[in-house]
This record gives sequence, C-alpha cells and structure tokens, in this order.
Amino acid sequence: MADAKVIPFDDDRSRAGAVQRPARRRSAGSRRKGSEPALVREVQPLPSRASAQDDVPVTREEEPPQQANDEGGLERRIAGGLSFLRRRLTGDYEVDDFGYDEELTDQVLMSLLRPVYEKYFRVEVKGVENIPAEGGALIVANHSGTLPLDGLMMQVAVHDQHPANRHLRLLAADLVFMLPVVNELARKAGHTLACAEDAERLLGRGELVGVMPEGFKGIGKPFSERYKLQRFGRGGFVSTALRQRTPIIPCSIVGAEEIYPMIGNAKTLARLLGFPYFPLTPTFPWLGPLGAVPLPTKWTIQFGEPILTDGYPPEAAEDPMLMFNLTDQVREQIQHTLYKLLVQRRSVFF
Amino acid sequence: MLVTGVARQLGGRFVRRIQRDPQVDRVIAVDAVAPEHHLGGADFVQADIRQPGIARVLAETAADTVVHLDVTAMALGSGSRTTVKETNVIGTMQLLGACQKSPNVKRLVVKSSTNVYGSAPRDPAVFTETTPPKSLPSGGFAKDTVEVEGYVRGFARRRPDVAVCVLRFANILGPTADTPLASYFTLPVLPTVFGYDPRLQFVHEDDVIEVLRIASHEPERGTLNSGTFNIAGDGVLLLSQCSRRLGRPTVPLLLPAVTWAGSLVRTLGMTDFSPEQIRLLTHGRVVSTVQMRETLGFRPKYTTAETFAEFARSQGPGLLPPEALAGAVDRIAALPLAGGGHPPTQSAN
Repeated sequence: MADAKVIPFDDDRSRAGAVQRPARRRSAGSRRKGSEPALVREVQPLPSRASAQDDVPVTREEEPPQQANDEGGLERRIAGGLSFLRRRLTGDYEVDDFGYDEELTDQVLMSLLRPVYEKYFRVEVKGVENIPAEGGALIVANHSGTLPLDGLMMQVAVHDQHPANRHLRLLAADLVFMLPVVNELARKAGHTLACAEDAERLLGRGELVGVMPEGFKGIGKPFSERYKLQRFGRGGFVSTALRQRTPIIPCSIVGAEEIYPMIGNAKTLARLLGFPYFPLTPTFPWLGPLGAVPLPTKWTIQFGEPILTDGYPPEAAEDPMLMFNLTDQVREQIQHTLYKLLVQRRSVFF
Repeated sequence: MLVTGVARQLGGRFVRRIQRDPQVDRVIAVDAVAPEHHLGGADFVQADIRQPGIARVLAETAADTVVHLDVTAMALGSGSRTTVKETNVIGTMQLLGACQKSPNVKRLVVKSSTNVYGSAPRDPAVFTETTPPKSLPSGGFAKDTVEVEGYVRGFARRRPDVAVCVLRFANILGPTADTPLASYFTLPVLPTVFGYDPRLQFVHEDDVIEVLRIASHEPERGTLNSGTFNIAGDGVLLLSQCSRRLGRPTVPLLLPAVTWAGSLVRTLGMTDFSPEQIRLLTHGRVVSTVQMRETLGFRPKYTTAETFAEFARSQGPGLLPPEALAGAVDRIAALPLAGGGHPPTQSAN
C-alpha cells in the first residue's frame, strides 16, 4: 500500500520531463551548497562572528539615518553576540551532567540546523500539541535516511514549533560517542547514549526524550524497504517509560527515507571502518563529497496521540507480555500514520 | 584512631583537623617516610604499611578507627610507579590483614577514587555506585583502586562487625592537592584530544577533609556512613571550560598521537601520565552524588565550578587570562556601543 504511493526514485531523477523540476533541484542544490560551509565551520562559529562584527563600525557611518531602527536592532544583536562571545571565551557558561550546553545549542547549533529545516527539507509539523508543555515524555519515532538527520530535524521541530520551546534530548547509538568531533557536538546538543540509565535519569528530571528504537536496522535499511518499520529492539523504551510513568508519544517522519536512497551496502568496507553499514547511493561515493548532499525531499513530522503509562502498576515494567503489546501498539500507530501521510503526500520533493 | 598516608598534604591536614574533634582521644599517624609538615599533637609512627609490622602498630595502639588514605595516584617525591602500586595494593592487603586480627577495630574508612568506573564511550552518562564499568581499567592507579576495593569488600565480608566506608572521590583539587589532574592543569599549554570535550567533576580538599571526618565518626541521626559513596562537587565542567577559565591555551592532538606521546613521556619517566588519565581526558566521567547527600548526609561546600575557580586562583594567570580576553571583547563592544548612544536619539527625532 505504501509502495504504491511512493514515487519511484529513478523516475524522478532521470526524467527531465517537467520543465521546472530540474531548475528547482538546481536552485535547491545551490542553496545547499551555501549551507555546506556553515556545517563544516560549525566547530568554530565564534571567529566568523567576531570578524563580522569587526567591520560593522566601518559600514555604520555611511548608513543613512532612516535605517536607524534597523541599526538599533543590529546593534542589539551585536551587543548580544559580543556578550555571548565574551561568555564563551572566558568559559563562563553552564553545562548539565550530560554535557548539554543549552546556550550553544540555542544560539549556534539550532541556527545552523534551522535553514536546513525550513528551506531545504521544508519540514511540516503536525500534532505538536500532543507534546506536553512540561514534565517528562518519551517521543518514539521511526528512523531512516542513512545519516541521522531525522533526529536532528525532530529536535528543531520540537524546539521551534512547540509553544513552550521544549528541548528534545535524543538518545543516540554508541557509535556517535566513539567518533571524534561528532561525540562532542552530540553531547553539547543534549544527546546522550541510548541506555536505560540515561533515559530514566532524563525522564526523571522531567525532560523530553527522543528515541528511535529501530536503531541501525532502520537507518541503514535499503531503499526498497522504505517506510517499513523494522523491529523495535526489545522494547526497552517501553519499560523505561513505564518505570518513570511518562507518556509515550509516537512520531512519524515522512521524507527522511528518500534523502539518501541506499541501493547498496559495502559490507567489507563497513567492517573495515567499524561502521554498521556503508551506504552506496546513486551519487555516493561516486561523486565524492558532492554525492553526500542529501536530496531535497519535502518532510512531514507528525506527533501522534500520547500513550499514557501512569495507569499501570509499578511492577508492570517487568511484565514481558505487556512490554511486547505496548511496543507493538506504538509500532502499529507509527506505521499507520506513516501510511496515512504517504497517501496524502503529493510528491517526494514538494 | 589510626591514619595512614600522613606524609602527604591531604593526610597531614586530616590529622590536624581530626584532633580537634571531641570524639577523638588520640591520633596515630602512620607513614613510611617522616612528613615535612607538622601533625599537631598526633603521635607519628614511622612504619611501612607494606610490611607486616603494621599489625604490631595496630595491636599496640589498640586503635578503634582506621582511616586508610595511602591510596594515591602519584609518588611522594621521587618514588617510582612500582612503589606507589605496592603501597596501594600490598599496603592495603597488609593493613586489612592487620585490621582483621585486631579485635579493637570498629570502623574502617578507605579513600578510593571514581577511577574505578573507568571511562568509555559506551558508559552511561552518569555513574551511580552500583553501575558496573563497561571496560575495567587496564592498569595504573585506576586498576589499583579496583583491586583495593576488591580487598576491602573481602574484609567487609569476613568482619561484618566492622563498619566499612569506601569513599570514591572525584578529581581532588585544592591549593595543596597532588593529583595527576592537578599537575596536568599546571602545564602552560594543555594538550587535549582532538574532537573530544570530556566532562569533569572536581571535589575541593576542604570537602574531602570534611567527608572523611563524617565517615570516621559515629553516623549522625538518620544517616548511615558505611558502604560505598561517590564524593564530588555539584555540577560539571567541560575540559574546554576549564582551560578557558584557567586561561591556558589548548593544543588539540589526534588520539593516537596523544596515546603515543603519553607512553613516550611515561618511558622517559617524567610523569605518571597513565592511559587511564588519557581516557578520562577523552571521554570524561560524571558520577551521581545522590547517595552522598541522602545516605551519608554530606553536602559539599564547594561546587565543581567553585572548586575549580579556587584552584585557578591559586595557580596564577595563564597565557590567555580570561580577564584579558573579556577586556578585549569589551573593547570591541565599546566601539559600536560608543556610537550606540546615537540611534535612540535619532529615532526619537
């Protein structure tokens, strides 16, 4: 049912039938190129900020007086940026036990992701009212797309669309914390290792936790299996939510499956590099780094009705049958929503 | 009360402090070498805890509380790593053997370290006292502490009448602390591992003395001071924050280069910069202090950040003092903000 509605990848790519489509793709591609250096630079965003500020006084004097209002806003932003820079350079900021750096996430990492979220994938968010305004909740989502961009987009979606601007704390695979640079950024963005201890600690503190129980099975599945949910592990997320008595919010993400259509998997290379899979797409690794640019698909993220867990007795977390049933319930709900969203979708790219 | 490891600053301070407590009649201070600092009115007995002679000292003095502080990462003066390891492991075995034979001993306090948890990317973000380590420390001080704790557990099984308290301290910092991390922070330029920003926790020396006092006396009402407790200041600092607050520039090196340089430095015998230390500075470690607060009833006076600030003050300015950087930013800020008085007047017009 789902496959019937998915526009086959090859059709969309090789055909130059629609006149505006190639143009659209090119413009999107160039836009992407614009954001690419920003991603590369994201480790040290401060110097660029500082240099931008340095030439401000020079240009200021020529500005006509009618721009005074704009200028006031600009000055405020400069002042804000400078005090941010000051705090950063002197180490005068706070991180929590998990290494989450709220200031850096809000001011730098989010602003780097936002253009990708708004302009590139044009994410449409539905059902954000299902996320509670306060208290712990566990968001369970499908996982896809070779690179975990879906998690990052979900984080931006929750932060930007939710009225309380809640921060999503994602649970990530251990591979993330083994890679240099990636682990540093992940910790600072509030992610932590996907293990019961960390999840319970975060939920117990009333945080919003995001988990993708499919793990590598979901993110590294071939293109032909798109939108087919994989097994949900052992359902550890359900017992965690039960123990902390927090609601489970199923979340369906449409669009992430097509960003890197994985047509092959270089298993030997993956084993050599220590990765769970090594994707081969129509463009990667044949076109080099250019092939690593994701396709500009149109995304929809739908948060579903929360599944409440506070009605169960405390010992229910040890009941394997209940665990499997609840896991299946969450899985079914996500899968059904995925099918529904796929039927509604006009095309992969817009 | 018998205290080991008094030749060190920490041991000396503890001995001086504990004598002021009314519950303590007499303090016997033991170490293999004579301390350079004074010990107040304590009786110093020069005895090597690696030798069976310690049993005689314990029997003669009939001490009822033994505080074992001679579990340390760094040699005193010019001792080698082998001596330190022997003192840590063999010394603990001898001391525990002596305690087991002595009917007077009622309480044993052992200084351990959060090093026992190791440090790996697959570990949970926060360790509790019961978290099993994902990768056991392979050597160095961390392995010593694991072994020491193993012997202490064995002793606690054989002598259930003795209250045993193991205190796992996070990185101890203070004006006189001689820990590997403290000496790392005195380097003019801090080598770091590229692409990793470890989370660190510190505990202030004053708090160490205080918690040792709590552990070596009868427990207060509603608290329990036997068992294993993590001791750390509140909050977490990243290594990058530490270097910026300290005003010392960092040199990020690739992990293989750091490991190689570490083993080179070790071979040259310059410092005991163990692989465990490198792992700590790669992956970091944070422990939960809930047990310390709720069961032991101890609230540290200094948070991690305050401990570090205190330490930074005692270190003097680095190459890039934070005040200078802040001043530079303020000067940049002064440029547009000096003219910043104009826009409001213009808009008012």
